[in-house]
Amino acid sequence: MSASEPSADDAVRAETLAAIAGAADLRALDAVRVASLGKSGSVTALLKTLGSVEPALRKERGAAINALKTAIEGALDARRATLEAAALDARLAAERIDITLPPRPHPPAGAGDGGIHPINRTIEELTAIFGAMGFSVVDGPDIESDWHNFSALNIPEHHPARQDQDTFYLPGRDAEGHQIVLRTQTSPLQIRTMLKGEPPIRIIAPGRTWRADHDATHSPMFHQVEGLVIDRGITLAHLKGCLVDFLRAFFAVADLPVRFRASYFPFTEPSMEVDIGWNRKTGEIGKGSDWLEILGSGMVHARVLANCGLDPREWQGFAFGMGIERITMLKHGMADLRPFYEADIRWLRHYAGDALAPASLAEGI
Amino acid sequence: MKFTLSWLRAHLETEATLEQITTTLSTIGLEVEGVEDRSAALAGFRIAEVIEAEQHPNADRLRALKVSTGEGPLLSVVCGAPNARAGLRGVLALPGAFIPGTGITLKKGEIRGVASEAMMLSAREMGLGDDHSGIIDLPADAPIGMAYVEYAKLYDPVIEIAVTPNRGDALSVHGVARDLAAAGLGRLKPLPEPVITPAYPSPLNWIIADPRACTHVLGRGIRGLRNGPSPQWLQDWLTAIGQRPITALVDVTNLYGIGLGRPLHVFDVGKVQGNTLTMRMAQPGETLEALNGKTYALTPEDGVIADAAGPEALGGIIGGAPTGCDEGTTECFIECAIFDPVRIALSGRRHAVTTDARSRFERGVDQALPRLALEMATATMIELCGGEASEISEAGAEPDWERNATLRFARLAELGGADVAPDEAVDILTRLGFATTHRDAASVTVAVPSWRNDVAQAGAGSASASLDPRGGILTQPTDLAPARAAAGAAGCAVIEPEADLIEEVLRIGGLDAIAPLSLPVAATVQAPALTPRQARQGLARRVMAARGMMDCVTYGFLGHTTAALFGDTPASLRLENPIAADLDQMRPTPVASLLQAAARNASRGHPAVALCEIGGAYRSASLDGQLTLACGVRTGETPRHWASPARALDAFDAKGDALAVLAALGVPMAAISTAADAPGFYHPGRSGVLRQGPKTVLATFGEVHPRVAAALDLTGPAVAFEVFLDAIPDPKRRKKAAPELAPFQPVRRDFAFLVDASVAADALLRAARGADRALIADVALFDRYAGDRLPEGKISLAIDVTLQPREATLTDAEIEAVAQKIIAAVVKATGATLRG
Repeated sequence: MSASEPSADDAVRAETLAAIAGAADLRALDAVRVASLGKSGSVTALLKTLGSVEPALRKERGAAINALKTAIEGALDARRATLEAAALDARLAAERIDITLPPRPHPPAGAGDGGIHPINRTIEELTAIFGAMGFSVVDGPDIESDWHNFSALNIPEHHPARQDQDTFYLPGRDAEGHQIVLRTQTSPLQIRTMLKGEPPIRIIAPGRTWRADHDATHSPMFHQVEGLVIDRGITLAHLKGCLVDFLRAFFAVADLPVRFRASYFPFTEPSMEVDIGWNRKTGEIGKGSDWLEILGSGMVHARVLANCGLDPREWQGFAFGMGIERITMLKHGMADLRPFYEADIRWLRHYAGDALAPASLAEGI
Repeated sequence: MKFTLSWLRAHLETEATLEQITTTLSTIGLEVEGVEDRSAALAGFRIAEVIEAEQHPNADRLRALKVSTGEGPLLSVVCGAPNARAGLRGVLALPGAFIPGTGITLKKGEIRGVASEAMMLSAREMGLGDDHSGIIDLPADAPIGMAYVEYAKLYDPVIEIAVTPNRGDALSVHGVARDLAAAGLGRLKPLPEPVITPAYPSPLNWIIADPRACTHVLGRGIRGLRNGPSPQWLQDWLTAIGQRPITALVDVTNLYGIGLGRPLHVFDVGKVQGNTLTMRMAQPGETLEALNGKTYALTPEDGVIADAAGPEALGGIIGGAPTGCDEGTTECFIECAIFDPVRIALSGRRHAVTTDARSRFERGVDQALPRLALEMATATMIELCGGEASEISEAGAEPDWERNATLRFARLAELGGADVAPDEAVDILTRLGFATTHRDAASVTVAVPSWRNDVAQAGAGSASASLDPRGGILTQPTDLAPARAAAGAAGCAVIEPEADLIEEVLRIGGLDAIAPLSLPVAATVQAPALTPRQARQGLARRVMAARGMMDCVTYGFLGHTTAALFGDTPASLRLENPIAADLDQMRPTPVASLLQAAARNASRGHPAVALCEIGGAYRSASLDGQLTLACGVRTGETPRHWASPARALDAFDAKGDALAVLAALGVPMAAISTAADAPGFYHPGRSGVLRQGPKTVLATFGEVHPRVAAALDLTGPAVAFEVFLDAIPDPKRRKKAAPELAPFQPVRRDFAFLVDASVAADALLRAARGADRALIADVALFDRYAGDRLPEGKISLAIDVTLQPREATLTDAEIEAVAQKIIAAVVKATGATLRG
């Protein structure tokens, strides 16, 4: 190998990199590419000299030239990206329009495709039914403190019920030092409502809830509606009446069988699961002899009242919670949970509610 | 929690049917998750004897059998099992039988030229285990022709119940039986009280070195025993509930662990180093080689049972292999202790070990049972293995669990809405083990039994009480008024224990008996359920849907790199435990989710969609950092139609959507200004921000930035908008003034102006409108022309001005005067020239 060859490499390298840096547009850059890597380019010429190198040195020499080639290709790619970005920015600047122009008087053609998502339709329907029973709707934050989501609801830190709910955590703590979570239930709205105002209270809280669970029957985000009634003299008989009335109105089955079974929730006592009658084979609600669990309920636990500064000797009432997807799927005979969040236009066209159909008791829901 | 019917009957004397039992369990709060009746699936299988076993003429690995069922002619069976031989008694399936292990219904057939009229079964084919090494080989005295189910005693149904976290006592067959007896399904059989006469001093002694590790422990040795397989009835019970029988000593601990909910552990005394067992916290670096074959690295937060060599058990969770009992054990030591539920739960979670002992200790066990359970286990072990018992070694003291609770009978109706006679209520409580300590006409006071840790908990009603087993204490916010906090706590102390008792009476007495009562009417005509702010979400949704957009619900989080295309992605909004890397960041805007959804639709062959969503956009974790946005995206082109040719969507489609939502929500259109400072995910030259006044951002709109579209694999045109619902001022309920219905016809005049291409049309329209506020009712832009017929850099804007005279019909001169005012105003504001 002669001493002149490495310096020839250096010269090609310096010259080509300078040309790349100096290329003002993509066309100029391509010219540089051809001049170095093209058929009669400077790097190609170096590669052609390999044949005349002594076989013993050929491998080393080949590696050196290839390293040079790789370096130049890298520089070309980097410069191309820069120039493309600049070209795009220039194009976008040139494409500037007068955005103050008034829009067209009509939505674009292709309309007539619009509709209301079944979850939102269900929320409108249950708002109408509970609204007629004197409930008002409350809403609150998705990102909650674990005090509102758990502790105040009588679910202390090491309670098994807290482990059962796969909670999403966000970093940091709030001003009171509580952990920050995505609410696993809409029940924190019970707490926020009781802390905010004096009874009597009749609220429902429909909204998004989040749990770190994902399979055919669980979604990491889903919807629940929470209900809370606090007054003097509200008993478990009212709980039963209220929920029976709701379920019969929602499923539009006047004699829907409803069964209450003893259960346990940390924030109610006594607690009950509620089943409705259905036919497991056909999915018909109100027909057949099978029972289907549909919601949880109970008399508000004395600790929850006390945590919110209400004296359980004076105030009592009931709370309930149910999955909005679940009652929607049952009402419409839907088999699969996952498409709810997919925004698949085919599924939406099939299941969406009419944009203008009212959700009112007067017109039937 | 699983148990068999015969196991239940060992604790419950009852005539009830299986169905009555399962229905009652579900009603009283012990929800039945399943009943497995293995006899049903295996009913047709009978014991048969192989009379002849010859080599199959055409297959090396098969044998041609002649099988006797005890009646009728011998059956020809082709069988591949290596153990098939003449004289073997096994289990035969006839054609038509469903084979559980293979999922196939058996048919008569011919295998390589030899008829096969039936099938001899392996354990796996019967669904009774994994053994498929050969066909079942029964003892020679197995009666031919007998149903296998009957022979193997498989007719014992297995019941599985879901036990709620408050009912540690129901994690035992005895506890379940007690509840059923209370509900009227029979009589709870009392536990035996064996008398054990100690024959020698305890071989091991307890030391509680750290009360965090344990507060009360009993133990005793049995020497001179022979450990072997446990009897068939015990093996059957354990197998039925999915437990593997090990040896008699270990099986007895499981018998009482499940039967009484009282976990026990047995050490092999010969393997324990030294003669003391110490309850202490683990030291850093210590490990435990556990009975499940795993080795656990212990932490100083784990309570252990240690001998001279170190930890031999993770207390209350799992024992160690080196000191475990096996068939060579001749002297064992039974451990029976009380552990702290929270510490057990934390240790169990830390080491991800789930055992029957852990699930019982973390829910709380019977505080007073250890001594009786130890005696019962001793008696059973001696009965099965022989030997003699030592004295009992004890450390610590029985927890102070005794407490009372009071029920005022009137409260059964006042809280429970139930009509239950006082005698009946007391009766139910008595059957559940609550002994009456005082009763008068209005109330009863009962002693809470040692197994009901969930009733009248110590901490109830007191914010300062020490942590009870479930950690249940009040947690009132610090800014709660002291008087309210105190009243709440005092009320809780009275009401909670009473509600505990009411719950017991109602769940056992029957919830069905409570007649539903509709809520009392709060007002004849109900107030609106929604606040005006809430109502406008529904309105916005309907406006968008009516404009052809499909309402969607999408996840509120997405991958942080994608999220970063749409705005800030603060670390405070990144999930610590996302379920997937592409769902780890709370989204800056629903537009991001909708564009991802549009891309998914495009990839399925639907490139033209219009999607909208009302949902969260997250700026911070605080209350005011969580915004509600109405958003929409449109992608692709409009459809081809004879009356309106297809065209690509553009920023004005999105602007039209945003303005339509704002208009429906009562924002005055005249107050809205458009500026070009839209967020970075929009095309910088084809997007805008809609403001009311100088500051309040109401909406953004525009074409999606090509880089963002490319990153989401969106190829065609894409436009989007956001409406900030929280920013829109509350709608005002103000009476409208009477309309001015002038009796004069409006006059319309057109003007065309030549302006610099950089002039905003809006500026020109505003100038024209402002020229005479009294007369000018409306100004509309009806033409915008830019082309080579105009000077370089100029465009033409043409407006249609409507003049509405109010006092009298306008004269030509008056119209001309207004026209001149309009021209002057436009020229002044925009530098325009009027086109001729």
